[in-house]
Amino acid sequence: MLGIPDVSIFLAYALCVGSALLCLIYGIVMWNKGGEIEEEIRWQEKENVIEEKL
Amino acid sequence: MVVKIIMVVLYLGVVGYLGFLGYRNTKTTKDYLIGGRKIHPAIMALSYGATFISTSAIVGFGGTAGVFGFSLLWLTFLNIFLGVFIAFVVFGKRTRKMGHNIEAHTFPEFLGKRYNSKFIQKFAGIVIFLFMPVYTSAVMIGASKFIEGSLNIDYNIALFVFAIIVSAYVFFGGLKGVMYSDAFQGTIMFVGMSILIVAIYSKLGGVAAAHQKLTDLFTNPAIAEQIAGMQTKGFMGWTAMPKLFSNYWWTVVSSIVMGVGIGVLAQPQLAVRFMTVKSDREINRAIPIGGIFILMMTGVAFIVGALSNVMFFEAEGKIAVAAAGGTDGIIPLVLNNFMPEWFVSIFLVVLLAAGMSTISSQLHAIGTAVGRDLFNTEGKDDKKGMLISRLGVLVAIVVTIFLSYWLPTVWNDAIAISTGLFFGLCGAAFLPMYFGALFSKKISKVAAISGMISGFTVSMLWMMFFHTKESSVLKISELIFGKVTIVEGMINVVDPIVISLTASILVTIIVAAATKHKYDQKHIDTCFKGIGK
Repeated sequence: MLGIPDVSIFLAYALCVGSALLCLIYGIVMWNKGGEIEEEIRWQEKENVIEEKL
Repeated sequence: MVVKIIMVVLYLGVVGYLGFLGYRNTKTTKDYLIGGRKIHPAIMALSYGATFISTSAIVGFGGTAGVFGFSLLWLTFLNIFLGVFIAFVVFGKRTRKMGHNIEAHTFPEFLGKRYNSKFIQKFAGIVIFLFMPVYTSAVMIGASKFIEGSLNIDYNIALFVFAIIVSAYVFFGGLKGVMYSDAFQGTIMFVGMSILIVAIYSKLGGVAAAHQKLTDLFTNPAIAEQIAGMQTKGFMGWTAMPKLFSNYWWTVVSSIVMGVGIGVLAQPQLAVRFMTVKSDREINRAIPIGGIFILMMTGVAFIVGALSNVMFFEAEGKIAVAAAGGTDGIIPLVLNNFMPEWFVSIFLVVLLAAGMSTISSQLHAIGTAVGRDLFNTEGKDDKKGMLISRLGVLVAIVVTIFLSYWLPTVWNDAIAISTGLFFGLCGAAFLPMYFGALFSKKISKVAAISGMISGFTVSMLWMMFFHTKESSVLKISELIFGKVTIVEGMINVVDPIVISLTASILVTIIVAAATKHKYDQKHIDTCFKGIGK
């Protein structure tokens, strides 16, 4: 197959291409899946603590 | 030569501009350490890939494929499936969310805060600070030697100029400067490697024809003498796996495939990339770019390295390693002998980009380990926090440049083992507790520390006394016992990560089962907020 007689090497070659395709398909399927105030509050609290220390 | 110089100057000009862009957009400590958590997915993916792939991955491992052939494609598979798909989907999303929940800005800080342990943060920071500079200087030395050979510049001058340029955009631009330039460098690498694989397959008559020629070469009587020594170690041809449990088999499976393929999951400079994006959507969008990028890097390097045997045989009647006088010379010789001059100039920039993108991320990781993990900047205002982070990066730069000048003169052999040593140490010490941090609420601080220490210790002991590649360089076994390794046999080619990672996993599980964690519910709730829903 593809000039590679050893099955395990052919499998490695196919899995390389296959896993890259898996990444591509996953990215396309999940493109819009998995779509701040707390962070702002935490940041403000920190700023206040620093100001108090100063 | 003029074309080469123009291309390098143009390339450096763009990198300099991107570094400046990073500097201009860096206003806070969070910007400097993790890119403000607002990095574009394409930039994140290319930065991850370009950091992952250094000059030695293309030239060094590509040349190694000249000896071991397509069996190295198992490493490419692990690089894509484990290093990108599993790393992003399984580790990346949880790392991003948990890192945000506990406000972690570095990999050691992430582990330390998750397990509520300053010791873990400091220990991980020390491991990075002590072992990463040697690995960084190895990449820097390789890149500088390549510049010396390609542009006929004195090695010391090449090293100095190279180091100053990389240092400038890391020091001023922080992670934004690093990632912007990484993305540009990754794009150049992708284009260069794409041209290379098309050219090589075309030259050999297409994909199947090229592979068939390589398969047939093994049985060609004209090379019987050249491969006789390799066959005694288990060599069965470039399109076949080495003989089961032979010297070559252990080298390929344990040192190359597992040593590099697994260790990558716990690399601090890569794990921190997950914390630079704002949502899981960005990680989803980064995965295709990362997967295809890695295929075009290591996949192409290994295929070209293996197929070079056919090209050298047709041209000179020699196999690749004989024609090039060693594995490191194979890829450069393929370029010089079989590719047009214009492409050699392009590939010079490709290899420069591969080196710079890896070094810049390493310097940033070492610098933040010093500035954030060893000298805590938490709670400091942004001005002070950025100053300490920059001083940390400055320390990393000075140490790395010093090592790059000093190592080749006093301990040249250390350069060859530094990459494997760092990958192995990180994998053994950090991987079990990193996985546990993301997926288990029950692993105690004691269990995490026990696993980390045992992984680190077993890894070091195996390198010092059992694994010939490191023990022959470290010379500690020779000093104490008067011989390179304390036991001789096939055990000497079993990679440290096989033993140390197993030990680390077992210790973590056993101690976790025997001890009860003491985190309050609030800590667990904070860590896992929004995870697994």
